[in-house]
Amino acid sequence: MAKVTIDGIDIEVPDGTTILQAARMIGPEVAPPTMCYHSKLKTSGGYCRTCLVEVTKGSEKDPRPMPKLVASCRTNVMDGMVVTNGLSEKVQDARAGVVEFLLLNHPLDCPICDQAGECHLQDLSYEHGNYNTRTDFERRTFEKIDIGDKIQLHMTRCILCYRCVKVAEQITDGRVHGVLNRGDLSEISTYIKEAIDNDFSGNMIDVCPVGALTDKTFRFKSRVWFTKPVDAHRDCDKCSGKVVLWYKGDDVLRVTGRKDQWGEVEEFICNTCRFDKKQTSDWTIEGVREISRHSVISANKYKRLVRPKRLTINDIKALPE
Amino acid sequence: MQRKLLLEHIDVPGIQSYDVYRSKGGYASVEKALKTMTPDAVVEEVKKSGLRGRGGAGFPTGMKWSFLAKPEGVPRYLVCNADESEPGTFKDRYLMQHIPHLLIEGMITSSFALGAKTSYIYVRGEFFYIIRILEKAIAEAYKNGWLGKNIQGSGFDHDIYVHPGAGAYICGEETALLESLEGKRGNPRIKPPFPAVKGLYDCPTVVNNVETISAVVPIVNNGGEAYAAIGIGKSTGNKLISASGHIKKPGVYEIEMGLTVEEFIYSDALCGGILNDKKLKAVVAGGSSVPILPAELILKTASGEPRLMSYESLADGGFATGTMLGSGGFIVMDESASIVHNLYTFTRFYHHESCGQCSPCREGTSWMEKILHKILEGHGTISDIDLLWDIQRKIEGNTICPLGDAAAWPVASAIRHFRPEFEAYVNNPKQQLEVSYYDHCRNLASAEV
Repeated sequence: MAKVTIDGIDIEVPDGTTILQAARMIGPEVAPPTMCYHSKLKTSGGYCRTCLVEVTKGSEKDPRPMPKLVASCRTNVMDGMVVTNGLSEKVQDARAGVVEFLLLNHPLDCPICDQAGECHLQDLSYEHGNYNTRTDFERRTFEKIDIGDKIQLHMTRCILCYRCVKVAEQITDGRVHGVLNRGDLSEISTYIKEAIDNDFSGNMIDVCPVGALTDKTFRFKSRVWFTKPVDAHRDCDKCSGKVVLWYKGDDVLRVTGRKDQWGEVEEFICNTCRFDKKQTSDWTIEGVREISRHSVISANKYKRLVRPKRLTINDIKALPE
Repeated sequence: MQRKLLLEHIDVPGIQSYDVYRSKGGYASVEKALKTMTPDAVVEEVKKSGLRGRGGAGFPTGMKWSFLAKPEGVPRYLVCNADESEPGTFKDRYLMQHIPHLLIEGMITSSFALGAKTSYIYVRGEFFYIIRILEKAIAEAYKNGWLGKNIQGSGFDHDIYVHPGAGAYICGEETALLESLEGKRGNPRIKPPFPAVKGLYDCPTVVNNVETISAVVPIVNNGGEAYAAIGIGKSTGNKLISASGHIKKPGVYEIEMGLTVEEFIYSDALCGGILNDKKLKAVVAGGSSVPILPAELILKTASGEPRLMSYESLADGGFATGTMLGSGGFIVMDESASIVHNLYTFTRFYHHESCGQCSPCREGTSWMEKILHKILEGHGTISDIDLLWDIQRKIEGNTICPLGDAAAWPVASAIRHFRPEFEAYVNNPKQQLEVSYYDHCRNLASAEV
């Protein structure tokens, strides 16, 4: 076991836990935001740099602070480590920088984007970004490619989190897409415009934190906040069959996997459940699903929310243990 | 003039071939190591020598070697980083082109010390002719029993493979190099684990620069202490410097650490002074990634002491008034050079070479390039300079690999030391453009003469 202190709160966690996991155990108040890390995907994380934290004390054995900010999703805790996240000016500054970089070439076409309302980038920029942009250059665009009849790719919205690549590598039995080119020209693409077609490819939609990969069967059907999520299951021979149905009136508009409080899929589902079973009669309904992280159901969530202010040491004391 | 260690026989005709190299005492270090030393003794000699990595970071080689994990039944690898792509650096190419057997000899000795049965030389893709030279040298070494099974009857087996890169600067970063060597996309890995624990094919691996591995040869031949006696302080031994820019005699020089920068630039035996006897304006002391320094700071430190060619002296004053020895790419600029233009060239390079894996570097490098282009075109504003400063600050230290830092430092130092020049571009772009373009052409013309 290792004892770590994150933003002044102590917690004991097993060895091999990452700083991010330890912070999530304490609670959402101290957990750094993530874009590319996904708890169900191996080797994910480390790319987006939104979860950077400051390690002010390395460990009990070696108390020197780490010279640079570290990616909390890929750094393991050490016994006696002291981490500052919300309290650190340096971290807040770097995070604001990362948000600015992520939005730099993002088209901001939220009004026509199917992901709007459940988009991690929206949440992130609301919580950590600036109100104004400092760039007046033309935003980057890509040649549109068709990656199959189920999934729509909008490369301009992509933040290159590599999650969909990891899904294809770890969940499906043959990856046909990946990252092509280099630098700011990197793009998600299939090899010589091959279609992505296998039983679990739909999970790429669920793991995509932005609107780069969206469901073609749900395209332009409805804003997500007008739909009602309902937990349901069915006997499926390929997957667990545990899903969320998104209703508008009596119609199931789309089927997705269940996401936890961090917006990460709990169990991956197969394409049959996702794309073909859109009748209530196909499913056993469990009940209404609460979605805490996003503004999906609670329309106007942001309006009622007070923009989070920077934490001070007094706020930390008031947080629940 | 001090004794040369690496380039001692560089002028001997035919030194590229095995016979001439052998007649000049080549492969003596392999003989000595295999016949009279244990692997640990070789590591100990390298530790004693105080040799520091010559690729840029300057990490003590002996310490790096001693970090190598040695689990039972798992192969270990030595990888030579010959992906020399840093703008302003061309020492490894020179070494491999003219005296390839030195590298091969160093590889065998180092591999013996590390217990590696296989080693790889990862050569930059553009160096196609170097690959031919190296392969020829390796074939000769095989023929004469220095490679293969049971080398010189010692029971030590070793094979060297040459692997060409595909021309990506990022593959000079050690973990990206390993990825590329494994046949994957050259993206830097997230550390830890470090290559010493999990490197090539998940096995313990040491990645060293060409010059570092070559320097093992004189260390084993003459002993670590003799090597440590050369140089100054913790910067021991000789260093190859690739001198370029506005100097009379550009080229690769082997110097003893501790030589003053002033002597290096102005002495007739070395760079020979500034081209056309102009005034020195600025120097990039260790390849394009390190901070640029104006003339007064490169010749003397902030405390007024003469600056020396050594890791410590060049870094004196931190980044506020100092720089780094880096890979030894010494770029000299005279008074006619435009810092803004030069910075744009560097930034364009880093934008082009960013791997695109992590967001600050992917987006930040292209943003900086666009802003600098805007300033050069004459559309810049004063706030653009502040914005540049802010962008570099947000890239530095927040990326997976050092390429982000390498892109940020030149911008930071150029603005720190030459801000008036940026402001001149913003305030009076037309005049600046005409002057710099004219000077640029004139310099080109004089360089050809």
